[in-house]
Amino acid sequence: MNLSMKTENTCPSLVAKDYRSDTKPVWCPGCGDFGVLLSLTKSLAELQLNPKNVAVISGIGCSSRIPAYLNTFGFHGVHGRALTIGTGLKVARPDLTVIVAGGDGDGFSIGGNHFLHACRRNVDMTYIVMDNELYGMTKGQASPTSAPDWEYGKLTPGGTHMKPFHPLVVGLASGANFIARVSGTNPNGAVPIISEAIRHPGFSLVHVLSPCITFNREQLEWKKMVRDAVVPTTNDAGKAARYLMSDDGFNLGILFKGDRLPYDLKSEKTVDGPADLEAQFSV
Amino acid sequence: MTEQSISITMTGSGGSGVMTAGNMLLDAAGRSGLFGIMTRSAGPQIRGGEAAAMLRLSNKPILSHKDQFDILLGIDWKNADLFASEIVLDNNSITIGETGIPQAFTESAGRHYELSVAEIAKQIPDGRANMVALGVAAKLISIPLSAIKEVLTKSLLKQKGEGAVRSSLEAVEAGMAAASAIPSIPAPTADPEAAANNWSITGNEACGMGAIRGGIRFVAAYPITPATEVLEWLATNLPKLGGKLVQAEDELASINQAIGASFGGVPSLTATSGPGIALMTESLGLSVASETPIVVIDVMRGGPSTGIPAKSEQSDLNIAVFGLHGDAPHVVTAPLTIADCLMTTQWSVYLAEKLQTPTIVLSDQALGQTRAVIPGVPDAGYEPERAIAVNPDKTYQRYADTENGVSPMSLPGTESGQYTADGLEHTQSGRPSSKAEDHHRQMNKRLRKIKGFDFGDNWAEASGDDDAEIAVLTWGSSFGAISQAVEELRQSGQKLRLIGVRLISPAQPERMKKLLNNVKKVLVIEQNHSGQFYHYLKAYYDLDAEIKSIAIPGPLPILPSQVRQYLRDWSQI
Repeated sequence: MNLSMKTENTCPSLVAKDYRSDTKPVWCPGCGDFGVLLSLTKSLAELQLNPKNVAVISGIGCSSRIPAYLNTFGFHGVHGRALTIGTGLKVARPDLTVIVAGGDGDGFSIGGNHFLHACRRNVDMTYIVMDNELYGMTKGQASPTSAPDWEYGKLTPGGTHMKPFHPLVVGLASGANFIARVSGTNPNGAVPIISEAIRHPGFSLVHVLSPCITFNREQLEWKKMVRDAVVPTTNDAGKAARYLMSDDGFNLGILFKGDRLPYDLKSEKTVDGPADLEAQFSV
Repeated sequence: MTEQSISITMTGSGGSGVMTAGNMLLDAAGRSGLFGIMTRSAGPQIRGGEAAAMLRLSNKPILSHKDQFDILLGIDWKNADLFASEIVLDNNSITIGETGIPQAFTESAGRHYELSVAEIAKQIPDGRANMVALGVAAKLISIPLSAIKEVLTKSLLKQKGEGAVRSSLEAVEAGMAAASAIPSIPAPTADPEAAANNWSITGNEACGMGAIRGGIRFVAAYPITPATEVLEWLATNLPKLGGKLVQAEDELASINQAIGASFGGVPSLTATSGPGIALMTESLGLSVASETPIVVIDVMRGGPSTGIPAKSEQSDLNIAVFGLHGDAPHVVTAPLTIADCLMTTQWSVYLAEKLQTPTIVLSDQALGQTRAVIPGVPDAGYEPERAIAVNPDKTYQRYADTENGVSPMSLPGTESGQYTADGLEHTQSGRPSSKAEDHHRQMNKRLRKIKGFDFGDNWAEASGDDDAEIAVLTWGSSFGAISQAVEELRQSGQKLRLIGVRLISPAQPERMKKLLNNVKKVLVIEQNHSGQFYHYLKAYYDLDAEIKSIAIPGPLPILPSQVRQYLRDWSQI
């Protein structure tokens, strides 16, 4: 197998729609994920990435259907494990651009442990989480980011009474190297931020407010509530932490940009073949 | 040349260095030209605690312990009685050690020699009791001082300096002198020529080496007893070939990292034990459905749940074959011996890659954590032969319904080769589909590629008498003790056939039928409680013979004497 595919990595002639496949999304009308699909294709075009060198990896959930709608390589795996497939792929094939995508349940509940360790490990990939504060594919249960008093979760009538998970604070504390928030209701505003996330070395977390108006009509309001963050991007984790801890969840922008070196396994070939390892077994 | 062997167990409490002495004895025996095995048994302590190093040394390669030990040598006797069920002695056995031999051993052994290695060690500056014991053992087994000297230099000079080598050697010589008071014991005659080609290797190392030979270049690792050494060996050796090993956060991550790397075109593997294989089961199904090849080594231990982590059992056959939900054709193999861990793992990589499906390798603690001196094992020659899509065009379909069921895989980076791998049922192009025709087509395709494949002669090892009416069927590490028993019975005139099955799934009923030609009685022996292999044979093989199950659960290894007894009872001879 020839893996030295250092061919042309850029494709200047492509536009956003060239990154779409002809598969029609399963999403409901008004779903924020349409905006994310548009933003992502625009970013890929802006970065002039050749679709054959991009892999989009996902788990299970509405938003995790996104790889099939793209003209890149894709992997639609099992629930909660998208980051781990992305990690294996990027470590084995550092020449590829790896983007992991999914929802809040997939990433922060069933896949929560992998989220922590992906931030720590800092593999050079981008994680786009489309957060609608609920499980949509199973038709409306509370997720880790649901408000504690959201009454309509079908497994938590009367509310979850649990503190919502704060992905950006947890991501920062765990070592994510790039932290941003965008909105699925403003695709054009998200494009430069997603592009920057893909460009930035190490593990980049892009938290997307992606409303599900099918199971939570109140999220129609998100469009009006989001605003650009008033603070400049920082590389100071302390500053970012103070800001994020007091943030109401609707500030958009690049909120932290770290300078940690990405995960790199040194594996320089020092022997010709397996036979050279046999000497260690000699009695 | 007839087989001559001698078995010795050394015991000692925490910090006594019994394992070091055992390893050095095996190493020195290997250098002098003997073959052998060493198994270890320890209490539940993480570090230290009572331990036993059990060795059998022979002039021929051996696969298992004998029924009893010839020599029990105590560095001390603290808690040694905990090993009474494992250290079987008889009237011909001797014990050597300070006063206070546990009653279990005074009753069973024929002779006792009082000799305190600790007291002898005290008379030597920096002398250690375990080195005195090493000298005693070496003298009794007739291992030359020169071989011990080589081992001491190799293990101690770099780390501990010349002084440590000198004091250890002095202790060994003192032990040898003390042992000359003990009447000599018939010991195997070494062939010094053999040493040049011999290896000292554990089953876990052998699995690691087999994986590398097979072409594995990405490994995801999460530690678990007794599989950890497979991963640790790969962690230091894989990078030398440009491969990569990632320590994952859990087993869910490790199997999916392997799937991700394999999707990228790099042959990938993870290793685990029972609790880990249980966690990985969902993603084994993903590997089946997405047709992404991976190899998972399960070094089995006592189960269920946490079970008995450091002891062997062959009780994961059911989960390996049947654990996946849905109809999920895949491959399950099992090495029969420590040497076979090399070939079976290498072959398993080949099968996974060739068939684009997960292959589970069922090793076990008894193979994995036993160190053996064996003749060096040549490379079996299997290399990854994954069907790769070359110059795909717009008509490319990742899951094309091909004649043999294997569809060429496009690797990321391939022009016009983009597709989405999916655990959802899909069309030939990979688009999610819940249509009956797509589901049936893909299920048929996934089954066909495995059912239609010619697995060749590797599927089993058959030996013994062609005209025997009694056959013993087994798998995994039990093969060792059973081969020994069958060989002994054959030498005493009984006609027997022995079949060790290496390819557990898919079943090979036609091939089995040929091997069992004329056989009237089949004894199925395995190390678990419910007869998992027996029931599997009953379900998937058409055995035209009387068939009986002998299922003996762990943690104690199956002994040749047990097998002989079952065979005598059953065949009424």
